[in-house]
Formats: sequence, C-alpha cells, structure tokens
Amino acid sequence: METLISLDAWTKVWTFKSTFLLGFLTTLETALFAVMLSLCLGLLFGLMSTSGRKLPAAIARVYVEFIQNTPLLLQICFLYYAMSFSGHSISILASGIISIGVYHGAYMSEVIRAGIQSIPRGQFEAAKSQGFNYVGTMYYIILPQSIKIILPPMVNQVVNLIKNTSCLYIIGGSDLISITYSFVTGANTGGAHGPAYLVSGILFFIICFPLSMLASTWENNLKKRERLTVDKAKAQTVEAQEDL
Amino acid sequence: MIKLEHVNKFFGDLHVLKDVNLHVKEGEKMVIIGPSGSGKSTTVRCMNYLEVPTSGKVIIDGEEMTARNHIKLVRRTTSMVFQQFNLYPHLDVMRNLTLAPIKLHGVSQKEAEETAMHYLNVVGLTDKAHVYPATLSGGQQQRIAIARALCAKTKIILFDEPTSALDPETIQEVLDVMVKLASESNITMVIVTHEMGFAREVADRIVFMEDGMIIEEGTPEHFFSHPDNERVQQFLGKILRH
Repeated sequence: METLISLDAWTKVWTFKSTFLLGFLTTLETALFAVMLSLCLGLLFGLMSTSGRKLPAAIARVYVEFIQNTPLLLQICFLYYAMSFSGHSISILASGIISIGVYHGAYMSEVIRAGIQSIPRGQFEAAKSQGFNYVGTMYYIILPQSIKIILPPMVNQVVNLIKNTSCLYIIGGSDLISITYSFVTGANTGGAHGPAYLVSGILFFIICFPLSMLASTWENNLKKRERLTVDKAKAQTVEAQEDL
Repeated sequence: MIKLEHVNKFFGDLHVLKDVNLHVKEGEKMVIIGPSGSGKSTTVRCMNYLEVPTSGKVIIDGEEMTARNHIKLVRRTTSMVFQQFNLYPHLDVMRNLTLAPIKLHGVSQKEAEETAMHYLNVVGLTDKAHVYPATLSGGQQQRIAIARALCAKTKIILFDEPTSALDPETIQEVLDVMVKLASESNITMVIVTHEMGFAREVADRIVFMEDGMIIEEGTPEHFFSHPDNERVQQFLGKILRH
C-alpha cells in the first residue's frame, strides 16, 4: 500500500506513460476487431438458431454450448499454442482477436436469438403473408423491432469483451494488463504495483463505464416506454368501457 | 382462383384437416363458419402457406403452391388480414402500407403513397397516415390492416377472424369496410368469421366446417333457412337464439 503514496512509484509510472498508452491502444485494437467479429458471428448464429430449420439451428446450438461451457483462457491457449505447435502459427494479436471474438460471438448469438424470439409470431406471419422471404422479413420487420431489446445486453457483452482482453496475458500479449504486469515485475520498473494497477484500472474504467451507463440508460428508457404503452392501452380500454 | 384438393393437415397426431376439397371462384366472396377448433383458420392459412398441408394440393390462380414457389406465388396473388391485425409497430401507417409495394412489387415510393392514400380513403382513415399503429384503436388498426392488404393489389384477400379480437363497439366499423369492399370490388375474398349477420350479407357461398371437414356448403339463403345437416341446424340454433 505504501507505494500508493510513494512519489517515486508514481514518477516511475509517469515516466513509462507511453508504455501504458501503447498497452491501452493494443487492448482497444483487440477489442475493436473482436467486437466486429463477435457481432458478425452473433448475427449469423443468432439468425441460424431462429431460422426454424433443424440443421442450422443444431449447428448454432453446438457452437454456443461448446464455447459457453469451456473457459476463454483454454480457448486462447488452444488457438495459440496448439496451432503454433502444429506448425500453423498465428500472431498473438490475431489469436486474441479470434478467440475473444469467437467466445463473445456465442454470447452475442444468444442475445440476438432472445431478441428475435421476443417478437410476436404475428409479425413473422404478416411478413410472410405479404411475400417477404426470410432475409427480407428479418431486415425490414423483425430486426428493427428487436434491436432495442438486443442493444442493452449487447453493449454489456462489449464491456465484458473489453475486460476479457486481459486473457491475452496468458499467451504473452502486449495488451494493457500484460503490459502492466511486466511493468510491475520488471527489473528496472518493478515495485510500483499500486500506481501501476490503479492507472491500468482507470484506463479500463473510462472505456467501460460510459458503455455500461449507455446500456442501462437504454434499458430504462425501454422499460419506461413499455410502461407508457401499457398505461395508454389501459387508458383506452377504460375510456372504451366508460363510453359503453 | 383457389382450389384445395384432398388437403390433409396434421399437427403432430392431431388430424386438423380431413380431406378438404374447396373451390373458390374468381371474385367470389366465401365465408367459412363453424365452431372453434373446426379447422377454419387452418384451411385459410393453407391458402397462403402459413400452414403447409401434410398432403393434398393447393392451387392458387392456376398454379400449384409448393415449397419452391410459395413466396412468389403468395406475393403475387394473396393478402391476409389477421385476427390480431399484425401491423408493424415500428413503422407509421403510411410505411406499413407502402413497405411491401416498394420492396416487393417494385412500385415507386410516390406511386405507393398515392395508392396508400387512396385505400386509406376507402377505409376512412386518411387523417391517420402518419401516426403509429399503437396510437390507434383496435377497429382502426384493423381497417389499416385491410388497407395494407388492398395496397398489394392482389386478386385474393384472406380474412382470418378479422373482428374476433375487437371491442364490441368497433366491430361494426370493420364490418362496414368489408361489406363495402365485397360489394364494390372484384377481389376474391375468403372470410373466416363468427358474425352471422355479416356472413349472410356478404357471402356468395357459405362453408360450414366441423372437426376438420366441410360438412355443408351453399348460398346464405340455403344455409340459414334450411340447412341439410342436422349439426349445422344445431349450431345456428345456438348462435342465432340470442
């Protein structure tokens, strides 16, 4: 704890600020590409699991269950070490992006599946009765309605994903957590644990906190709007009854 | 215009349609009635592939409906009005009416909007063009749904219990629109309903279903005055008594 108030320790961190910044950028880079990958996979597998066709739904199920029921660390290690020992080495950054993207893709897929399934059957039937095919139905009618249900949990997934970039540490990444760890254990820089981890935490916080706030604001607005609609419907019923 | 040939439908072990044969002629207004669970809705839903017959043929406008062609065939020939309206809640009335014409029928936005205004006028709701469905009463929503069906300009409109979900006082406004439509247009209409007075007024032919089978069909005159089938007499006795 005493390093927290040690000027020396803080100076050390300040001197190496560009190292922290670099780690932060790597974390953001990993997160950005992993988010894009997870969104693509989530959309693809989410649509597959709601397509009403057995084979795509089964494939999506296997993907989701397998990924959700094994640790991310194991998946990262598998991709990086198993691949490189079998002669197909891929870079640390690529391993991180792929495994974190695939991992959160499974969660995104479940979020999207739940969003689609929350839309009443009648909407699908109305679209079908007008002659919309599956893609048209999803694009024009179902997804625009489910997006507001999907968004809050999806943003929460993005927050989790950003924090999970720390798993890159296990394969020797240069993300913020890995950088911080090497910093506090380094021969020249060691010892400044308190300030280093605090700075690292603050950097995570300034990215994740606004996102979390955004998600909960959306969610609250959604709930408020639902209440309004219900109240309005009730008011209409009451009015109608009074008219009688 | 619509032909069902030996149509059978199973839901699991439940045999809901039993060898249904039906021929709806072009421009005909056919009303299907019968107790609930008799297969009326399933019959109508087989006509636009919302239900796929377990066996038998559905022929629409001379073309047999199959897994391959149903999307295009339905798009070209039929529209549907549902019990629960099923308007798109994220789109305003105008876009509810123009979405399919613009995206599926290749109509320009301007033309689609003119058509939409025309049919909004038919259902008496031109002032609601730019509101969202949630702000409308059930009766108004159903009239918008009818306008939406008309905007596709298909030869066939299927009505699946269009007034069953409505408050009593709004049923009439929807029935009025449908009566007007039946008398003024050459659209082939197949209507599942429990409104007997309405059925009598608009139907060219009435079909009575029970237990997945058509057990009587004829003109409203024949049907209401001297039905052959004892079961129909019982049903009418129950419904018309009060």
